[in-house]
Amino acid sequence: MREFIQKLEAEFEDIPKGTLTPSTKLKDIEGWGSMHALIVLALADTEYNVALKGEELKKAESIQDLFDLIQQKKASK
Amino acid sequence: MAFFSIENIRLKGIACAVPKQETSNWDYDFITEQERKLLIKTTGVEKRRVVSESGLTTADLGMAAAEKLLKETNTNKEEIDILVFVSQTPDYFLPASSVILQNKLGLSKNCMAFDINLGCSGFVYGLSAIGSIMNTAKFKKGLLIAGDISSKAAEREDKSVYPLFGDGASATLLEYDATTEKMTISLQSDGAGYEAIIVRDGGMRKPMTKESFNIKEIAPGISRAPRNLELNGMDVFNFSVTEVPLNVEDFFKRTNTTAQSYDYFVMHQANLLMNETVRKKLGFPAEKVPYSLTKFGNTSSASIPLTIVSELRDKVSRPLSMLLCGFGVGLSWATASIKTNNLICPEIIEL
Repeated sequence: MREFIQKLEAEFEDIPKGTLTPSTKLKDIEGWGSMHALIVLALADTEYNVALKGEELKKAESIQDLFDLIQQKKASK
Repeated sequence: MAFFSIENIRLKGIACAVPKQETSNWDYDFITEQERKLLIKTTGVEKRRVVSESGLTTADLGMAAAEKLLKETNTNKEEIDILVFVSQTPDYFLPASSVILQNKLGLSKNCMAFDINLGCSGFVYGLSAIGSIMNTAKFKKGLLIAGDISSKAAEREDKSVYPLFGDGASATLLEYDATTEKMTISLQSDGAGYEAIIVRDGGMRKPMTKESFNIKEIAPGISRAPRNLELNGMDVFNFSVTEVPLNVEDFFKRTNTTAQSYDYFVMHQANLLMNETVRKKLGFPAEKVPYSLTKFGNTSSASIPLTIVSELRDKVSRPLSMLLCGFGVGLSWATASIKTNNLICPEIIEL
């Protein structure tokens, strides 16, 4: 989980490091938008070899949800 | 499985034309400065060329490119037996723009001409169609014109579409040459994803009405009318990073090649983050994958030839092995390997 957050923060250059936690709600992240969603899709694909669908991503509310979603998709491969 | 090779057809030259008018995403003040920075970093698109209110159409741009190319290659117009026009922004519903261009370009009445209605995958589809016909019929020369003016259908208050698309057209001259190496092509389609990139109104299923112009807010920062181009970025992303590598890996297997076998991998210019994800998955080093989207955005079926002319112009005189890959609206995707030598690429024309 810590590694996942570090990777997210590295990708989201506009978000200060150390501000994301598992319970952070995505919509509460300043400036959160479709570009961040694309970055998450790319991260899931390159780092975890998981292809997320737009609808799956929309259901995720928090960082924890995102993490769980990726783990779950990875396990079901 | 639409996988096959075409013998005897050589790419002689490529020319491109874009509108003079340039617009910069740094000036796109519909979104905040922070959003702008992230948008440009993620999509890679800084500047775009747009026809705006000039009245220029895809066919006009394609015609300028074709005339320049025919002149620079000293081509006798009488020798052109086939003209294929690939676009989703034709001059009219009917007749086909290719037929109008046959006359405007001064080509012979013995030249066959038809349109292909495809976008991002269109250049490779066009190559497959014109190449196959030319080889079967032993035509001397053929002209493939591909491009779009997608900006015409984009609503400024839709940040998911407006900053991505630029306008442009390309002309490619092909000739029959029994000494040339074959090109190999793989073509796929999935109409289940037809709504991922769509203009809903204006066709026969939903003819244009007053309501077609009613702009509604769909989500924050995304307002559009049914006549506008609509794009589901996340679905397109998912499709591209999944299907494109699968197709290319299959292509490698069937042709017994690897990323090392090609000098350049020229992708449709969709979105930097998406294209980079595909590039990394396939193991192509960055220097083999040129980008023109920084300067021109996503120019639909013109993006592969525009990238060759804009980024590889100083390299095309020597023999090159290129892998071309287009993917998007349809959904439709296609890969082709081509060998070029002494490819003639005049400078990009501005209209």
